[in-house]
Amino acid sequence: MPARTVYTASIESVSILDEHGRFDAQLGADLIPNDDLVKLYEQMAISRRFDEIAFKLQRSGRMGTYPENRGQEATSLGAAYVLNKDDWLVTCYRENTGLFWRGLPMEYILLHWMGDERGNKIPDGLCITPLAIPIGTQMLHAAGLAWAAKYREEKRIACTFFGDGATSEGDFHEAMNFAANLDLPIVFFCQNNGWAISVPTNKQCSAPTLAQRGIAYGMDCIQCDGNDIFAVVRVMKEASQRARETNRPTFIEALTYRLGDHTTADDARRYRDEAELQMWMQRDPIIRLGNYLKELKLWDRSKEDALQERAKAEVADAVKRAEEIADTPIEEYFDAMYADIPEELRRQRDTLRTSSLGQEGFAQGVETPTKQGIEETVN
Amino acid sequence: MPQMNMAESLNLALDECMNADERVCIMGEDIAVNGGVFRITKGLLEKYGEDRVIDTPLAENAIIGTAVGMAITGLKPVAEIQFSGFTMQAFDQIEQNMARYRNRSRGRYPVPMVLRTPYGGGIRAVEHHSESREAYWAHTPGLKVVIPSGPRNARSLLNAAINDPDPVIFYEPKAVYRAYREDVPDEPEAIEIGKAQVVRTGSDITLIAYGAMMRPTLEATEDLVDLHNVDVEVIDLLSISPMDTQTLVDSVSKTGRCVIVHEGPRNCGIAAEIIARLNEKAFEHLEAPVNRVTGYDIHFPHFQVEQHYLPDPDTIIQAVKQTLAYE
Repeated sequence: MPARTVYTASIESVSILDEHGRFDAQLGADLIPNDDLVKLYEQMAISRRFDEIAFKLQRSGRMGTYPENRGQEATSLGAAYVLNKDDWLVTCYRENTGLFWRGLPMEYILLHWMGDERGNKIPDGLCITPLAIPIGTQMLHAAGLAWAAKYREEKRIACTFFGDGATSEGDFHEAMNFAANLDLPIVFFCQNNGWAISVPTNKQCSAPTLAQRGIAYGMDCIQCDGNDIFAVVRVMKEASQRARETNRPTFIEALTYRLGDHTTADDARRYRDEAELQMWMQRDPIIRLGNYLKELKLWDRSKEDALQERAKAEVADAVKRAEEIADTPIEEYFDAMYADIPEELRRQRDTLRTSSLGQEGFAQGVETPTKQGIEETVN
Repeated sequence: MPQMNMAESLNLALDECMNADERVCIMGEDIAVNGGVFRITKGLLEKYGEDRVIDTPLAENAIIGTAVGMAITGLKPVAEIQFSGFTMQAFDQIEQNMARYRNRSRGRYPVPMVLRTPYGGGIRAVEHHSESREAYWAHTPGLKVVIPSGPRNARSLLNAAINDPDPVIFYEPKAVYRAYREDVPDEPEAIEIGKAQVVRTGSDITLIAYGAMMRPTLEATEDLVDLHNVDVEVIDLLSISPMDTQTLVDSVSKTGRCVIVHEGPRNCGIAAEIIARLNEKAFEHLEAPVNRVTGYDIHFPHFQVEQHYLPDPDTIIQAVKQTLAYE
């Protein structure tokens, strides 16, 4: 008996506003109102300014290592735009634009990279999780957050961000498998920016797309142009609707590129071609949307000048706020370990500013009261 | 007052907590339809349904990672890892997230979850099923680590763990699961995590143990009292982290001598930490070096020879005699 085909699959890739300015009127129809388009553009421009200033802060010794977001603004922003206020956005660390859109004050991101953990203390009312540094670990939390929403019968979903490199991690595969098999309302949003530090995507995955990894888990999956805000919004709308209405997860692979180095501790020239960089400069999501807005007569030179002034001022204010915050008292770390501080931890905290620097395990000549002694005293 | 074994009393605690609080859900491999490989979760699926008693896919790291996600929304997931040997596959999520999330979010996202897992040797289990690695978790800031020793305290300790606002590693001595029965009160008893229990008062020497090692310790105690005329004080540690230093110090300050028993490896084990604390707080009362009876610094042997690895009453009595003889 001849072998039968029991399964075939294909992956669609969505592009609406391409790098040459061509707009797919059918796919893009009624997708984003003009007012929102302008706001999205402004958010990307402010985020770009933030990125430039953050880079300079690191270079001038005012901040620690920082991962530039430049070039990837449209991905997290498009997703955040689609999410409801009470949906969870579970990011790794290159999603500033989406976080700012949802209302995270910019100084929180600065504080994080300035080595102040208070940058992770997400303000009440914002459904986002702190930046996740160990690669891929946050996807499982997103699965848990989605699970909790389902458990409570809330119509909330979770959207988690990660990079191409993270799809090699066990956590990724475990989270995908849990989400698909337990019917969790979640969107897995992969920012494929081509490089996991110095390792290209084809060394993470030998299949032609990352998106097809979702097929093996029995979930819907799709690819899109991650530098096209329209494409991102469209695939994200479909995915979030699917999650909200049917508890089915979706895997989105958005093709994008980081125009900067991996972090300020990296030099991408060691492993990337200049020609590749130049090609992606032409696909910059901000330039692309800006040109489109001008075509629609929604944008002009004077508006751009005003926006740049506003971006400068807002970012400068955020830097000022972040730098005005005094260093964390080390005691705060002890206090935040548990709901109630255990005795030994309290001793370490309370004596760390003494001559023993918290190491004071004993004091010579001080008699430890015995039970007998205590009883005698009481009696 | 019904008589129960530990498997039954743990089941009772889970039942009580699920009944009292809708935020409590349980998850793990084979815990729902099968009721757990040790039947600790038996009958809970029928009672609470598949939304709250969840058979997960087979991935320990994912069980803990998703439980963290659930817990930071205020749910109280109780995750079972089938054997403590398999918690190593979840080490990443335990160390990086379960233990850290409260602190790294400055209290915005506490993690009120429990990781339950059977540990220890003595049941002739296969490879990777007999480890006792509580020292790893005690070494991890942000976690609490508790180990019951019998049916009665298992029930109250699990209640306390589930209701604790912080993540708790709950080690279950599987050798004790069905070893004996004891009276378990109708109503839950309050027990405070972080407190040890003096289970026998005495004046000559302090024996400190926990979990499955309480049984050989108490057997040894019986012989020491009856046959050797030694007045032994016995402490059940119950809470490995935080540790009830004061109760240990008070006891050893009184007796002046001490032997600690655990089945985990000797090197950097819990006994080493207790000795350090006694050194700091009870040095002037010590009449002999604090002694310890522990597992060896080898991988847990295949079951054919596990009795040679595990501390038993004879080795404990030997250590007590040696400590008493010190002048």
